Amino acid sequence: MSLIELKHITKSYPLEDTQLKILKGINLNIEKGDFVAIMGPSGSGKSTLMNILGCLDKPTSGTYVLDGQRVENLSADELADIRNRKIGFVFQGFNLLSRTSALENVELPMVYANVPAAQREERAQKALAKVGLKERMHHMPNQLSGGQQQRVAIARAVVNEAPIIFADEPTGNLDTKMSIEIMNLFTRLNEDLGRTIILVTHEDDIAHYAKRIIRIVDGEIHSDERNEK
Amino acid sequence: MIDARTIFSIATRAIKANKMRSILTSLGIIIGVAAVIVMLSVGHGAQTSIQNEMKTMGSNLIIIRSGVATSSGARSGHGSKPTMKKSDGDAIQEKIPEIKLAAPVLEETAQIVYGNANWSTGVTGTDRRMFEIKEWNLSYGRMFSSTDIRSAAKVAILGQTVVNELFGDVDPLGKTVRIKGIPFQVIGVLIPRGQSGNGMDQDDVVYIPITTAQKKVMGISFPDQVKMIMLQAIDSQSTYTAQEEIRELLRQRHNLGVNKEDDFVIRNLTQMMEMMESSTKVMTILLGSIASISLLVGGIGIMNIMLVSVTERTREIGIRMAIGAKAWDIRWQFLTESLVLSLIGGLVGVVIGLLGSYLVGVFSSLPTKVSLIYVLMPFSFAGMVGLFFGFYPAYKASLLNPINALRYE
Repeated sequence: MSLIELKHITKSYPLEDTQLKILKGINLNIEKGDFVAIMGPSGSGKSTLMNILGCLDKPTSGTYVLDGQRVENLSADELADIRNRKIGFVFQGFNLLSRTSALENVELPMVYANVPAAQREERAQKALAKVGLKERMHHMPNQLSGGQQQRVAIARAVVNEAPIIFADEPTGNLDTKMSIEIMNLFTRLNEDLGRTIILVTHEDDIAHYAKRIIRIVDGEIHSDERNEK
Repeated sequence: MIDARTIFSIATRAIKANKMRSILTSLGIIIGVAAVIVMLSVGHGAQTSIQNEMKTMGSNLIIIRSGVATSSGARSGHGSKPTMKKSDGDAIQEKIPEIKLAAPVLEETAQIVYGNANWSTGVTGTDRRMFEIKEWNLSYGRMFSSTDIRSAAKVAILGQTVVNELFGDVDPLGKTVRIKGIPFQVIGVLIPRGQSGNGMDQDDVVYIPITTAQKKVMGISFPDQVKMIMLQAIDSQSTYTAQEEIRELLRQRHNLGVNKEDDFVIRNLTQMMEMMESSTKVMTILLGSIASISLLVGGIGIMNIMLVSVTERTREIGIRMAIGAKAWDIRWQFLTESLVLSLIGGLVGVVIGLLGSYLVGVFSSLPTKVSLIYVLMPFSFAGMVGLFFGFYPAYKASLLNPINALRYE
């Protein structure tokens, strides 16, 4: 059984008197431990697909089985619970809480998972150490560089032992050197810790870190191939 | 659901992040709570002083005074035409079952002398019924006996103030004082009662037997004359129902024809007191409600700021939701924030309110009285205001869609 199974997923929004179809029947399986890059021009529907995969949005029709559980019809709170336990997010704009230390940002997923305070701190410290920010765990986001902020976000995404990490243009706001650093971190998470990583990007050289590249065009899967490194 | 301590620290962090704004927001609650406390303490103080007065005056009181004298069309005040006799009171007590006691009163201000010391005070001729009505006991010595009354004995019972002024540390019992030059033996001293509600010293009194007052001390124009009669009814209701019977009886005793006006005045003190008490109660409620409006306005201020805060922090809400916060977690976060804001405001308001009531009590003639319930009430009201006005912003925050919230700039 695959970790993610999408069958005939569509998504449409009402637009005046017609429906605007963003996704037109996506069928997709992603195996545990894979590293997938989703590519496509803007307006292709890749962000919508990402939101559905990440349980932030619901499809209009189709079925979505995540880790053996049907999720397409769950309530907002049930989806919040799935996101908390199964998914870690890394965003283009880092999305750290301002005026909140790196340590407390990393603790956040555990706050909503009801992990006791003492254990939260210990696990957050370990996660920050893994991304090389042990010395800076008490810094606020505005005291950290972009690359460091993104590493805090990655620590936050992995701290709850979530099996899947979604990264939406994670290097979009970073320079080349930082980007390489971040992509190497993802590769390590995938190879050493077996985390499944789904990456949305429009840059070919970023997509090449992945093992599998899926191209979305006009709401449909245009190509889906293994990436030969 | 996340634990209370974490949610509390999230709320206090948000409040501290915008210190000036938080202070201004709480200010509405601070002023509201302080105003409610001061207003209630003023109203409560007035009520308490009336109740105290009622207690010391005696309960269920009716007072009968002589009527109004009219000479060449000019009417003098009550009691200007003496008509009441001690025997009128005795008859009322005997014949009207609603009336328990009838104490005669004949009073005058007089100079009272002991040795080199002298003091001017009100001298009242009465009998032991007066002390029963006022529920006023002797701290030492003895009460007027029937023999004292019958024989118009020259004995006196003193209030503590008079004792202090005339005797200092000397034991007054058995000593002789002169009232209007007539020697009286001190037989008893009353338990001190302090100031009455309107600031009169209740211990500045001298009591002598009614018969002595009538025959030896005060000038009277006919035998058995008194200035007034103090009646005590068996209960508060009877002070109303007995009035007509008293009137009938007195008209009959004074031989007043059908066309003649009453030559006496009946005043129901219980009625007066009850009216005063209920009007201060209304005043307390009124003052409290007006002050509560400012508390309500403070609550609206909190709602306003919380709505701004939710909008400003849309992205934060989106991040929290993406990471796994449920609607309830978000709702609690903002509700706790407005609750903490209003409770801090409430606490500061309590301190200022207590200080304010104290200052009003010291620097104005208004008596103030602070009681725990009148402090807890506005404080918990502030908490409820925080919850009530915090609910809508918190609810609005919890309905946000994480995708839109994350995209919010």
